[in-house]
Parts: sequence; structure tokens; C-alpha cells
Amino acid sequence: MNSDSKLEDLPVASAQGGLPMPSRLALRGITKQYPGCLANDRVDLDIKPGQIHALLGENGAGKSTLMKIIYGLVKPDRGQLYWRGNPMQIADPSHARSLGIGMVFQHFSLFETLSVTENIALALGTPAREMKTLSRKIADVSRKYGMALNPERLVHTLSIGERQRVEIVRCLVQDIKLLILDEPTSVLTPQEVDTLFVTLRQLAEEGCSILFISHKLNEVQALCDGATVLRGGRVSGSCNPRVETPSSMARMMVGDDTPIATEYVKVEGGEPFLTIHGLNKPTHDPFGTHLKNLQLQVRSGEIVGVAGVAGNGQEELLAALSGEEPVREGDCIRLADQAIGHLPPDQRRRLGVAFVPEERLGRGAVPTMSLRDNGLLTGFLQGLVQNGMVQTQKTEAFARSIIDRFKVKAGGTHSQAKSLSGGNLQKFIIGREILQNPKLLIAAHPTWGVDIGAAVAIHEALIQLRDQGAAILVVSEDIDELFQISDRICAICHGELSPLRATAHTTIEQVGRWMAGDFVEDAA
Amino acid sequence: MIKMEPRQESSPWMPYVSPLLAGVLTLVTGAILFAALGQDPLFALKTVLITPISDAYGVGELFVKAGPILLCALGLSVAYRANVWNIGAEGQLLMGGLAGSALAVQFTDSEGLWLLPAVLLCGMVAGMLWAALAALLKTRFNTNEILTTIMLNYIAFNLLQYCVHGPLKDPHGFNFPESAMFADAARLPLLMEDARVHLGIILALAAAAAVWVLLGKSFLGYQIQVLGRDSRAAKMAGFKEKRLVWLVLLLSGGLAGLAGVGEVAGPIGQLVPQISPGYGYAAIIVAFLGRLHPVGVTLASILMALLFMGGEMVQIELNLPLALVGMFQGMLLFYLLACDVLILYRIRWVSQPATQTL
Amino acid sequence: MMDIELVNNVLQAAVRTGTPLLLVALGETVAEKSGVLNLGQEGMLLVGAVVGFITTLTTGSLFLGFMAALVAGVLMSMLFGVLVLKLNANQYATGLALTIFGTGLSAFVGAGYVGQPVTGLEPIAIPWLSDIPVIGNALFNQDLMVYLSFLATAVLFWFFKSTRGGLIVKAVGESPDSANAIGLPVLPTRYLAVAFGGAMAGVAGGYLSLAYTPLWAENMSAGRGWIALALVVFASWRIERVMLGAYLFGLASILHLVAQGLGFSFPPNLLAMLPYVATILVLVMLSSNPARNKLYAPVSLGQPFFKST
Repeated sequence: MNSDSKLEDLPVASAQGGLPMPSRLALRGITKQYPGCLANDRVDLDIKPGQIHALLGENGAGKSTLMKIIYGLVKPDRGQLYWRGNPMQIADPSHARSLGIGMVFQHFSLFETLSVTENIALALGTPAREMKTLSRKIADVSRKYGMALNPERLVHTLSIGERQRVEIVRCLVQDIKLLILDEPTSVLTPQEVDTLFVTLRQLAEEGCSILFISHKLNEVQALCDGATVLRGGRVSGSCNPRVETPSSMARMMVGDDTPIATEYVKVEGGEPFLTIHGLNKPTHDPFGTHLKNLQLQVRSGEIVGVAGVAGNGQEELLAALSGEEPVREGDCIRLADQAIGHLPPDQRRRLGVAFVPEERLGRGAVPTMSLRDNGLLTGFLQGLVQNGMVQTQKTEAFARSIIDRFKVKAGGTHSQAKSLSGGNLQKFIIGREILQNPKLLIAAHPTWGVDIGAAVAIHEALIQLRDQGAAILVVSEDIDELFQISDRICAICHGELSPLRATAHTTIEQVGRWMAGDFVEDAA
Repeated sequence: MIKMEPRQESSPWMPYVSPLLAGVLTLVTGAILFAALGQDPLFALKTVLITPISDAYGVGELFVKAGPILLCALGLSVAYRANVWNIGAEGQLLMGGLAGSALAVQFTDSEGLWLLPAVLLCGMVAGMLWAALAALLKTRFNTNEILTTIMLNYIAFNLLQYCVHGPLKDPHGFNFPESAMFADAARLPLLMEDARVHLGIILALAAAAAVWVLLGKSFLGYQIQVLGRDSRAAKMAGFKEKRLVWLVLLLSGGLAGLAGVGEVAGPIGQLVPQISPGYGYAAIIVAFLGRLHPVGVTLASILMALLFMGGEMVQIELNLPLALVGMFQGMLLFYLLACDVLILYRIRWVSQPATQTL
Repeated sequence: MMDIELVNNVLQAAVRTGTPLLLVALGETVAEKSGVLNLGQEGMLLVGAVVGFITTLTTGSLFLGFMAALVAGVLMSMLFGVLVLKLNANQYATGLALTIFGTGLSAFVGAGYVGQPVTGLEPIAIPWLSDIPVIGNALFNQDLMVYLSFLATAVLFWFFKSTRGGLIVKAVGESPDSANAIGLPVLPTRYLAVAFGGAMAGVAGGYLSLAYTPLWAENMSAGRGWIALALVVFASWRIERVMLGAYLFGLASILHLVAQGLGFSFPPNLLAMLPYVATILVLVMLSSNPARNKLYAPVSLGQPFFKST
């Protein structure tokens, strides 16, 4: 790719150990301490030119901190970074970019009200008068790597997949030597993942190094030729993914004590309980999605999964189901024989509906309130309020029982919700809903961002609730999760629902096409 | 170099330390200010804080002033807990005083026992209606309540000026901008022989107890606090946001209206152009200083009343402008907000910016 | 012919009355576009007014008066800035504190100067331009500060339309986290924006006490700081609409002139309510469509940004 690549390939003696270091990027002993958490503990990492290297680890293992250190967003407490053999302190992101390091963020660092060109210009430091040139360059680069983009479009009009392209192209318009991608596939359909991998391989062949951060082992196997695994802030192993099995890598990620994904029995379910029929809902939000003629049935005693890329109407569907945004024609949403579409959330709860929202801190739970008060948030129908007065002891006992039954790690019922880890707070919220014995549980993205141990516990709780006869609707962006736990599955795209099929009789590719809006079914 | 580290859990005791710290810092700044103005700082502080309450009359006067401040601040505390930024206590107070006066001047000869409750009720309802305007604008038209309540303050002030110079002016009053004196039956009874302290402070304390039950014990109070801390959680749980907004605004408007009518039916005894030296604005500071809690707000009201009296004393004794009070109020709030940082953050001294090599 | 005279006078007065609103609202628009809501405009106005007045009274120089007002505004805004940007204090409460403090401070400092006269800024008629029918007198027979406010509007319009600086301010206001992630200086941008807002409010204060009514009176801003805040919402954070709105508000504030000119007489206290009533009406008209405001309002407005390193 560039003339000095030979120089890079020469072994360079490191400052300390005399290790041969033909690496483009080498980290030695990187340590970062946050209050109450050792995010990185003496981490070593090597990436060679043209290598696609995976950084594996579950949520909270320290992957984000490490890549922020590489990109100059976070300063390590100790340790040394070597860039093409030379010790380097990366001052800030613009310094990183000037070295040829680019980063694609998981939660995109884009500005929705600005155009693609303006977004990219902001990061590059392009003066206003050179915007035209930049636009042309963006169009060229996006064409070259098969990522069609219109430079003049405003970002809020782009789909999630297109926004990711903006992030990637932003790195590629510069002379790029190391591209860091943080969980890039979590927002893509399986087919889009394949396209992305083609682009990444093309880049690697041109000599660009790639650091691919993920927790999806099959993707890492398909793409990467080296991997570093983090657990609890430390390197727990390095391997070549091509010679490992997903389960051997999973062990490195979670250690020996944590159970890894189990298979759950698929069931048929009983009578239809939740019926969505002809649900239309225009949105008033300029950044929202219209719901168009949705049809869906969830039976008692089954889990229905709704797959989809973020921003395709999931939020609107969930709000219509929870009652946060009731619909005028109440008949569109029915519980058994009762129309509920027009009812507010509390009245739906009285009928046995429970809801787990996507945002656990700041919707599912009030961050600055204690767990006791957060139990009351939806538990107030369980006899915790009498004559308008809160019954302190019963409220306390309710929160206590959630913590005990669902093994929530917390200081006690007085702990603030924000002090809990994501996994523990999610266990608390799901526990709060399950303890109310719902007939219908609606759960949005129940395990995003939680550690594997908590994810398994949450899945088991859902399966148990299903087996007790509750109807469960799970909306998730994690297609693997949906295949694991749901009995029937469909996908949402542009505010429309695909056909609903038994999970056992469909494939990831099929659902992937549904996620992209292609609702034609495979001949089964 | 100072570094702020977010605390994992909010500090449990800093919310109580912070107002004390802010008070001390205000005193220190005040002392420096007095010294810079060529006054003996200790004597000046004594003039502000001790001289006004050195006799029984002074103590009584303290409660005369604390009453309306407390009433306003209690209402604001409930509103702020719901994250409804009612800045309109002053206007609601003025409307309460105006409406109460409008009723009282119709019955200047009455001796009926009904008159006082009717006047008080009239003032409360007027305060509620004035706040209801802001509630309507917020829930129906989505307007920012800070701006509307401020505007309503200015409008109420001008309305009061118009009435006191016009329709409500005492026809036998030699053209002074004042209403007729109220009948004794419309006046709040005095609690002490030789001071002006009246029933108003009892009403205010009763209101504090009621607000304590509301916020501390009731499910309604819980809903108000959920709405204030996390409106999305309130929506998810099915709490009725608009209803709660109406409720807190009507409550704070009613209490401020009561404060206003308590002034005209209490120490003043008639409608005059200036019925409040800014009690409604001071109540904002009191609400924050008292941590939006009825007990804290009660203590802070007394402190604020003392500051008002101290300001007058400084004007008389040291010949300094009365505006000193406003400056101290602002300073106190600044220091409080700065000290409140310690609730959510730890402050660390870091000798050197972090990075070290091996 | 009486009518032409009246229209001329009314329009001229509307621009003149709108000018302090324009200056404050321009400054606050910049601050809000960077994501900071400063409710302390009223306090900064008053401190600017009193400091400008005292400076001119003692030095005899209008230039020094305006410069002092500007510096006073910046200092006040930095009090706010440090609390809000360094200590992450609540922006609403801190803005209110600034207004309460500024009101008290200005009254305290100005107590000895009430009723003293200075010679204010005089209008300068621009040849030719001021002879244009209807608008000529209104726009080109004004004092220097009015012309400078035209210039400020034009410069800010250009700044947001076609400079990198303007793009950075918008980006920081939309998503400080994204801005930080790509290495834009979030806090310095916000400090600068807040300081600019303070400078404009200070100068506007100076305009009140040195040009509009050349004297100092306690609370002389009479809610203009708050009206300017409403004006920013009215203008949907767009510079050209801030100017239009300022003159409309100016017009609403001087309707009593029109009434008098036409021979009506109203109680002055009722007429004095007009600008405040107009403000509420405008807020009602513009806020009732939340979707529209969501498109234009700076997304991070009022929210603190904590940079973890």
C-alpha cells in the first residue's frame, strides 16, 4: 500500500525485552484504573501490517477502554504503546488520525443534523473552502470499497447500515494504516455482515491492519487471523481463531465457572393471547418510523422473537404495546378477547402485561432511586400502596425478594439503581416484572450489554416464565439470541413485519433477508 | 490540579453538608465584602444576623417574614421535585394578594367570621388560577414553564399596579395608591401581644407538615419524584405526566397565593403597590437550600427571613444599600450549586497529569 | 401626512427598542447552539448596564463605557461557565442564580448613581440610505450600536453558514460525546460560546444605560433578558429570524406610542404588560409543534458533559 511497508516488516528490538516486534501496533503492559474497577491490567497486544486481529471479550472485559487508549481518547496509567516500532504517546484522536489510525464506533460518533461531508470534514479538520474536494473524495472512496454513499445527504435520513458506512469512509478518506472497529456487526443484517467482511479483507490485502472488536465467535472465526482475548481487564489468551473452536474461545472469554449458552427446547404454545391486527401508527417524531399494517400473534406459553436492525420501528412497536403511545383504534391490539390498544400502561398492567424496556437506566429504572423505590415503579399494583400511601415494609420486602430470587448483586435494597452493573440491573428489572406473574411479557433487547452469566440467567428466567404459560414477545437486534430462545420468529423492517415462522423451520439467512425488507419466503 | 471523579453512588450526607458549607462560604465572602467597604466585618455580620432578633419583637418579625417565604418555597419544592421549573411564585403571590384584597375591600364594615376564610380562600384560588395558566400553557401548548411563569410575574406586577392605582384605590384615600384598610374580621389574628406575628406562620407550618406527608409517604408524592428524576420511567410506569404537572403547579400556586393574601390580610392590612420584597424569588433559593424537603425548607425560610431583616438593619445602621440582600441571595445560591458538585463527584488533587511509561 | 410621520417614528423606535433584545438573543443563540442554556441573561444585562454607565459617567467616554459593559458581561458569564462547565452544576439553577446575583449586584453597585445623567449615544443618519421611504429612517437613522448589531447579525449568519468554527459549535451542541470522540474541543468551544453570550448581553446592557435611556435605574432591563431567551426559541435558533423577531418584539413594546399617536389613551400599567403577553403568545404559537422544535433545537441543550479520561 505504501512505499515504506518493507521498513515496517523489519523486526525492531523493543525498548525492554529485546522482543522482535514486526508489529504495526504493539501494546506492552497497558494498565488503566477507574474508581472501583481495573479496566485494563497489564495488557499486551500485537497487530501486524495487513493483519485482521480480533479483540475478544464479553461486556465489561475492558475492550472499550483499550481501544479508546489506542485512539487517544483515554490515557493509560501505565504501559507503553509502540507505533510501527517506535514508542508513542497518543495525545488525542486527531493525533491518532494523523498517524493513520481510524476508528469506527459502536455508538456512532455522527451528528444527525449535518450532512455526510460535514460529518467527515469535522473529524478531518477540513477547512470550509475545501468541502467540494472532500465531497468528491468521499464519493470516490465509497465507490472503490463498495459502500455507496451520497455525500450531500443529512445523516438523520440514513439507515443504521449507511451510518456505519459514513464512519468507515471517514477513516478511509485518509491514508489509513490501522482501522479499529467496535462491534461493527451488531447493527447489520447477516448479509450486510458478509459485505462488510469483503470490504475489510480488501483493506487488509492493501496492507491496512484491522482491529476487530467483537463477542461473536463465529464472525471472528470467519474473518480474523489472530485474536487476543480479554477477561476482567486482563489478557486471558491469544490464539489463531482459524484453529480454535467457538467453544474453546468462549472458555477463554468467560473462564471455567460460567455456564455457556445452552439449547432450549422449542415449544408450540397454546391459545393466541396477544393479537396485533392491522396496526398502523404514523409517527410525529421527525426521526421516527411509521408502523404499517402490522399483524402478529403471540400464544400463551411461547416466546416470539422480533428481529431487526435498530431504527426500523421497534421503538414505535414497543411503545404501542406497552401503552406509552396508545393507538386510537384500541382493537388493533388485543389480549385474548379484550381490546387494549387505547389503554394507558397502568391499565394494561392490571390485565397482566409486563414490560421490560430497552433502556434499563433511565426508563426501566430511575438511576438515582434506591432499588426499593425502583421495585415500586411497576410493582405498585401488588398491594404495595394502600389508601394512597406507600406501604414501606411491603415495598422493602418486594425489592428484597427480587434481589434474592434473581441473585441480583447489590449492596442492598437501599442501593441506587445506577450503582449496579448492567447485568445486575437487568436481572432486577426482569425479576420485578416476572414476580408480578404476568400473562404477557414484552422484553426489548433483554441482554444487550450484559455479561454472559447474566445473559444466561435472563434467558433461563424467560424460558421458565414461558413454561409457566405466559406469552412472551422479545424484540432484539441480536439474531443469535433470538434463534436461541424464541419458538417463533419474524423481523421488522421499515415499520413492516415479515411473516412469522417457527424458529426451527427457518434459517438465519432467511431472517436476515427479512431484516433487509425482503419478505419473500424461501420455498420450505 | 483538581480532578473530578464521578461517585458510583451519590454521597448520602453531602446533600446536608453542602448548604452548611455554602452558608459558611457566603459569610466569609460577606465579611470580606464588608471589610472592603470599610466596615468592621464582625460588627457588620452581627448587624445582619444577630441584631435583628435581639428582642421579642424581632423574633416575632422573623416569623412574619418566614411565613410567606415558607409557603412559597414549599410549593416550589413540590414543583421542582417534579422537574417543573415554576419561577412564578412571585406572580402567584401578587395575584393572591390582589384577589384577596379585591374581596376584602367590599366588606370593610363586616364583622362576619366567614370573612377571613373567604378572603384567604379567594387569595389561594387566585394563586392557583395564575399557576393554572402556566400549567395550561405547558401541558396544552408545550411552552417552557420558566419563561411563561417569569412573564406571568411581570404581568401580575403590572396588573397589581393598575388595580392599586385604579379600581381598588381607596376613594377616600387622598389619591394615594392604596386600597381602603380591611375590616378587622378580614385580618389574620395576632399570636403575640407586642409583635406582629400572626396566624400565617401556623398555616405555613401546617402546610409544611402536609407537604411532608405528600412527598414522604404518599404514592402521589412518589409519582411526582419519579416524574422529576426520570420522566421516561414515569411514562413507562403509566404515571399521568400532565395530571402531575397540573397538580404541582396548582399546589404551588395555591400556597403562593395564600402567602400573598396572608401579607395583605396580615401585617399590611390593605393593598399597597409593594406587597412583597421579592419573597417569591427568595423562595427559589430557599427551596434549593432546604433540599426540596419540608424540614429543610422550613429552616432555610427562617434563615432567608433573617437575611431580609439583616438587610434592612444594615441599611439603617451601616447606611449600605438594601440591594445587599439580593447580592447575598445570589451568592448563597452560587455557593450551594458549587458545593452540590460534591454529591455526585469526588474532588481529588492530582499532582501530575497521569501518563507514565514503564 | 401625520400617518407617514407616525409610521416613520414607530418603525425607528421598533428597531431601536429591538436592538438590545437582538444583541442578547444573538449571544444566547450562539451559547445555545453549543448546547448551553444560560438563564442568567437578565443578570448579565443589568451588570453590563450599571458597569457601562458608571464607567462612562466617571471617564466621560462612551467607548470605555461599552468596553467595560462587555468585560462585565464576560466576567458574569464565566461565573456561570465555571459552575456549569467545570463543576457540571444544573444549567437552569445556575442561570437563575446568575440573574438573582446580577440583579442584586447591579442594584448594590448602582445605588449611588440613580438619577444621574450622561450624554448618550446619538443617532447618525447615513446619507442617501436614510432617505429611502419607510425603512430608510428606521434602519439608517440610528446610533452606532444599531449599525454594529447589523454587522454582528451578518457575521454570525456567515459564521454558521460557511465556516468550520460554526460547524464545530453546531456539532458540539448536537452531540458532545460524538464531538469528543472525534477529538473536537467540547469544553473550550462551550466556554467560548458562553463568553460570547456574556459579551453580547453586557453590551446590550450598556446600550440600555448609555443609549436607549441614558441613565441608571434599578432593574432597568425589565425582563428583556427573559424576552430574549424566548426570542431564541421563536427564531428556532436561526440568526436571520432572531433579527426579525427582535424587531417584532420591539414593535410590540412600543405599541403605546402608536396608541398615543392615534389618540387612544390606556392606563400605562396595562400597556406595560404588552411585551410580556406578546412573549407568551409567541411561545404558544411556536412551541405547540414539538416535532418542529426537535428538528431545530440543539439536541444536547441544557445537558452537562462529563469528559472521562
